[in-house]
Amino acid sequence: MRAEVVLEVRNITKSFPGVVANDNVSLTLHRGEVLALLGENGAGKSTLMNIIYGLYHPDSGEIIVKGEKVQLGSPREAIEHGIGMVHQHFMLVPVMSVVENVMLGIESTQGPFLDKRAAAEQIRQISEQYGLKVDPYAIVEDLPVGVRQRVEIIKTLYREADILILDEPTAVLTPQEVEELFEIIEALTAQGKSVIFISHKLKEVLRIADRITVLRRGKVVGTVRPEETDEQQLAEMMVGRSVLLRVEKPPREPGMPVLEVDDLWVRDETGHMAVRGVSFRLYAGEILGIAGVQGNGQTELVKALSGLKHAEKGHIRIAGQPVTNLAPRAFYELGLGHVPEDRQHDGLILSLPIKDNIILNTYYKQPYSENMVLKHDVIAETAKRLVEEFDVRTPGIDTRAGALSGGNQQKVIIAREFSRPIRLLYAVQPTRGLDVGSIEYIHRRLVEKRNEGAAVLLVSTELEEILALSDRVAVMYEGQIMDILPVDEATIERLGLLMAGVRDATRTAQTTN
Amino acid sequence: MPNNAMTMIRQRVSWLLVAGVVALIFVSYGATPAVTTALLASTVRQSTPLVLGALSGIFCERSGVINIAIEGMMLMGAFVGFLANVYTGNLLVAVLAAVLMGAFMGLAHAFMSITLKMDQIISGTVLNILALELTGFFYQQGLTTQGKLTPVRIPVLADIPLIGPVLFDNPPITYLSLVLVVVVHILLFRTVWGLRTRAVGEHPKAADTVGIDVIRMRYINVIIGGMIAGLAGGYLTLEAVGSFERAMTNGRGFVALAVMIFGKWTPLGAWGAALLFGFANALQTQFQFLGISTIPHQFVGMLPYLLTIVVLAGFVGRARPPAAIGQPYEKE
Ligand SMILES: Nc1ncnc2c1ncn2[C@@H]1O[C@H](COP(=O)(O)OP(=O)(O)O)[C@@H](O)[C@H]1O
Ligand SMILES: [Mg+2]
Repeated sequence: MRAEVVLEVRNITKSFPGVVANDNVSLTLHRGEVLALLGENGAGKSTLMNIIYGLYHPDSGEIIVKGEKVQLGSPREAIEHGIGMVHQHFMLVPVMSVVENVMLGIESTQGPFLDKRAAAEQIRQISEQYGLKVDPYAIVEDLPVGVRQRVEIIKTLYREADILILDEPTAVLTPQEVEELFEIIEALTAQGKSVIFISHKLKEVLRIADRITVLRRGKVVGTVRPEETDEQQLAEMMVGRSVLLRVEKPPREPGMPVLEVDDLWVRDETGHMAVRGVSFRLYAGEILGIAGVQGNGQTELVKALSGLKHAEKGHIRIAGQPVTNLAPRAFYELGLGHVPEDRQHDGLILSLPIKDNIILNTYYKQPYSENMVLKHDVIAETAKRLVEEFDVRTPGIDTRAGALSGGNQQKVIIAREFSRPIRLLYAVQPTRGLDVGSIEYIHRRLVEKRNEGAAVLLVSTELEEILALSDRVAVMYEGQIMDILPVDEATIERLGLLMAGVRDATRTAQTTN
Repeated sequence: MPNNAMTMIRQRVSWLLVAGVVALIFVSYGATPAVTTALLASTVRQSTPLVLGALSGIFCERSGVINIAIEGMMLMGAFVGFLANVYTGNLLVAVLAAVLMGAFMGLAHAFMSITLKMDQIISGTVLNILALELTGFFYQQGLTTQGKLTPVRIPVLADIPLIGPVLFDNPPITYLSLVLVVVVHILLFRTVWGLRTRAVGEHPKAADTVGIDVIRMRYINVIIGGMIAGLAGGYLTLEAVGSFERAMTNGRGFVALAVMIFGKWTPLGAWGAALLFGFANALQTQFQFLGISTIPHQFVGMLPYLLTIVVLAGFVGRARPPAAIGQPYEKE
């Protein structure tokens, strides 16, 4: 009854200096199925896939493709066996066109010259067959991430892969793009392709997979079918202990307004007005969630609210003090903590050690410096204490921030921001790309801050997260706040309409009356 | 918005300048045909080593290896070509010797920067110093050559007024450089080799994941780059001057680097930039030779450079080097 086995991995072990990334791992993949590989960051998922794709060589173990034991010394050999991989970080040349990227390595030629037309024709056929819309002559760097991913999938199909490995394909996508991707995956398996889908998001895995293999610390914990399991059980398999998926929080006790924003206008990098007349109040002791599809002005709003971007018009007050267009330090001195959207770019200096990153916005103050000289012993002591307190998993405080996993990088930022006396906190996409354990941890910390009386602004494109944490929910659309709802009135449907720019019909009727 | 306006203005100004230059050429040809022809012929000759040097740079840098050793590669090519000419008396053998020497320099650069993963600027500097010292040490005064490459008239075409004597009455390496510009341009943008070279220079990991051997691609490109720089050196001793002098490249390798950048790492672009540099030089020489001006000759000497800067600044806009340039490739 079962479809034939197309790929079998037996007892693979692979060590890197200091870690066993894969420890005696085995799995099987059948024709036409979606096998999900679930595991936290650092569980060894990418390592295993890189081995199957011939990029890494295992210390021991074997790989059997369509009944034949193979040695995969290089990607070229993996490709020859019909294996294709879409990497977590895309392997596309940004300045080249789609055709050039797709044909690279197996170029079609006419005499001595590249035959781009033939390749483009083939890309069109693949596009149609699997519903992968893309313009073959577009330049990759001009394409949105979702489309780049399609190009990567086309690349594997162009090489006639029938085993497709997708490494965390949804990490960079919006919910709509995720849905499109799932349709593509369904089209692929319907036509006999087999897919290994890597993720650490439970809902997605339950939705798309035929079977789920869970990896923890390099070992296979087990394989389950989605219909016989649920989120709670998967989370526990993945993390190795019971996890709280819901965040408990006492009722809100709103205090004084901490952040007051009136008629704020901000331009984006290209000069377009990205924030158009935003006004709201944020009170002590509440979490205000800002929902919205990415690119509707959230980034620019937060940048202006922290002094990182110039406001064209409008007023910002923190604790009653006007701060519009002051330098970021003025904001921090008034008690702002900021967990920025791009943690690697705006949150940390990756090339500096943890201990330096911990004091990035306090280094000039007592007790970290005196008479313009840094006091290294005090800094080291503080860093050690915070690393412990905030559970940053690192070899030591001298480790470069860039060497940490995403979750631990975020913990360093949280340690820095939460250990200062703050009354206002911006958390922008605080859990993007993180594993369940880290997400749980960060959510708990945010709610703690709120309970202590801080005013928290949570910007997220994940509705789940907004609904789980917020007391009130604002929806941004094209630079404006469509509406602000108390969380118990904010249903997914209602938010969805607002996110698409449709204002609540009944309310509109009321205001026009 | 202001960016677009700037680009528009810049483009208009540079096209105006180009039109002006063309008009000027015609007017001056009408007035003094002999001088104008000499001026343009000299432009082509002056630009030859620059074009070749730039092509050498393009091969290396498009594949991701910085090459500031063009100067040294040229100098070694010039020297070895000269010696081969002295001892064999065969110009073809001499040119091949120059090219071979260049290949060897390329191999050395490739080994240091790709295999040993040395800093590529340092590797290039080492080669430049080595070339200067070696050629200085081994050069002896009084060696005499046995002739140099002479112009070959291409029948019929050479009789076209102005264009004929400028383009179709040149010595072999100059012809070869013109052919190479076109060939390398096509190679880079229309062939499998070119596509892979560019991929390796932009995103080596991506190339690796589709089965392209990054190390091999880089080695071969750097060696070819060395060969072309060697040829440029051969041009100096075997075609332009006919003998060797210490440090005779005189910074041309570095100007070639600038030419490559002004040409945005494309052969045709580099050719245009090299012609401009060559023209500036030729013009200055002509002015001084004729002594037309009453202003001090230092200022006359500066004028063409000013022209070069204005036109290049107008044309070029933002140039973007290959993304992976200067970074050694490491697996795992
Ligand atoms: N090239 C490498 N060199 C050293 N250690 C590595 C390398 N790649 C991965 N690791 C380590 O192996 C472990 C598994 O990593 P990875 O396979 O990327 O996990 P995942 O994809 O599940 O997040 C991690 O501890 C990681 O630090
Ligand atoms: Mg991974």
